[in-house]
Amino acid sequence: MNILENLEKDQLLLKGLAGNDKAAVEAIYRENYTMIQSFILNNSGSVDEARDIFQEAMVVLYEKSKDTTFSLNCKIKTYVYSVCRRLWLKRLQQLNKYNTQIESIEEVVPVEEEIEEHEKRNADFILMEHALGKIGEPCKSLLDAYYLQKKSMQGIADEFGYTNADNAKTQKYKCLIRLKKLFFAQYKNA
Amino acid sequence: MDEIILMETIERYLGGEMTPQEKVFFDDLRKSNPEIDQAVVEHSYFLHGLEKYGAAKSFKHTLLEVESKLMDEGVISQPKLNSRAKVVQMWNKYKRNMAVAASIAGFISLITLALMVPLTKKYSNEGIQSLVKELNKTRTEVDKLKHAPSVPSATPQKAEPKVDFRGTGFLIDGKGYLVTNAHVISRMKNIYVENNKGDYFSASSIYTDNNVDLAILKINDTAYKTIVNLPYSIKRANSDLGEQFFTLGFPRSEIVYGEGYVSAKSGNDGDSTAYQLTVSANPGNSGGPVVNRNGEIIGIITAKDSKADGVVYATKSRNIFKLVDQLNKLDEKEQAVKTPAGNGLKGIDRVQQVKKMEEFVFMVVGN
Repeated sequence: MNILENLEKDQLLLKGLAGNDKAAVEAIYRENYTMIQSFILNNSGSVDEARDIFQEAMVVLYEKSKDTTFSLNCKIKTYVYSVCRRLWLKRLQQLNKYNTQIESIEEVVPVEEEIEEHEKRNADFILMEHALGKIGEPCKSLLDAYYLQKKSMQGIADEFGYTNADNAKTQKYKCLIRLKKLFFAQYKNA
Repeated sequence: MDEIILMETIERYLGGEMTPQEKVFFDDLRKSNPEIDQAVVEHSYFLHGLEKYGAAKSFKHTLLEVESKLMDEGVISQPKLNSRAKVVQMWNKYKRNMAVAASIAGFISLITLALMVPLTKKYSNEGIQSLVKELNKTRTEVDKLKHAPSVPSATPQKAEPKVDFRGTGFLIDGKGYLVTNAHVISRMKNIYVENNKGDYFSASSIYTDNNVDLAILKINDTAYKTIVNLPYSIKRANSDLGEQFFTLGFPRSEIVYGEGYVSAKSGNDGDSTAYQLTVSANPGNSGGPVVNRNGEIIGIITAKDSKADGVVYATKSRNIFKLVDQLNKLDEKEQAVKTPAGNGLKGIDRVQQVKKMEEFVFMVVGN
């Protein structure tokens, strides 16, 4: 395959990734996972850690793929490897297992900024998950159905057993107000 | 209430659902009222965050699905892959020796095969015979059952009155709260629950409602570790006729899977708190979850019609919420029970669903 075809294929995969397309995710896994696993295993990691790091790298790539200003100027393979390598180095440092001689068999591109951004997003994700965990049921399912699954108010009323869509809507706003308070309260503490 | 109206207005504004006049009016309001302006900015930021959270969550879900598929295929989790190069080297080095060894191995296996044939033949004959015998035995037993005067017991068949009682239960809160049938534990003095790993925990009944035949158990064993994020949820709405489901339960001391469909929207004698199901169930299945294809629990198996074949009754899942609400009201100092709202079973195939579900279904035993 020539370079141009490769680039096109990568662009298609990124597009699929942005749309949460399972086939694209699977293709990227198949093409890159083994390389990452051997990298981690060769640098004092386990298979579970390799899975973990790879997943995180996939999330980084996913976030990038949704960013319209982002254009990949290297192969997906190189990018994934660079992110995993950076993430793994960080983890080793945290565990004080850092040895300077971490081998780099592949070409790497700088990804520090992306990882910083990703960590911020991750923190937000955790804050939201906490807040959602605290509001309890049926609030959680109600908000999930409306804001995440984008179901109609009438459908939600039927599903949850509200007598009409307006009642469900009022309830939904009440839940949202509570969620907002919980979410922003954490922000102030954090 | 004011806050609700404001929020609704902001959402309509952000969603572009306002009429042009309304929009002009609201834009003016934003300019003149900094508080409203701030509310709009804050709400838009928050909704954006919520949306990002949702997207990230469903992406992570996709990742897990792909991962578990690849693990099943053996693409992931085989450290062997990394030493492939070494194996190839070894292969080249020992190719000759291996060829010799292989041919010897072939010889031996031929010989054993020749020896094995008559033995196995004989053995299998015996097996068939004994099977036939057993079949005859069961047939006579079945006949006996048929001819025996019909048992005058009440239609819903409860757990067999043995020294030990066994039923099924499942977690509704990772903190150690389980749901089972009231009749499962009604005659138990000591209650124990056992998960699929074989870990035993002692438990106690903290709430029962005989009207809907449900009980909530709490594991009070220090060995039990809280589980976060149960992958399933409990359905509030009624299920439709024909909705397909699977069940997990302990009619044996090993977990048994079953599948079926909702055949009526009411239970025995028009009981509107229950469904009639078509599924195979036996004593021990009581208290088992009835799970639909989206990973929502729609009912709890309670009884079986002893006069009709495959007619099983299940309490509607909605009753769980009622029980939990009552329990939470009753006891304020205890940590409130939170019903699960996971969607980790959505969109994955049945085998994977069962695999994920299995560890949260417990055998409930007692004496």
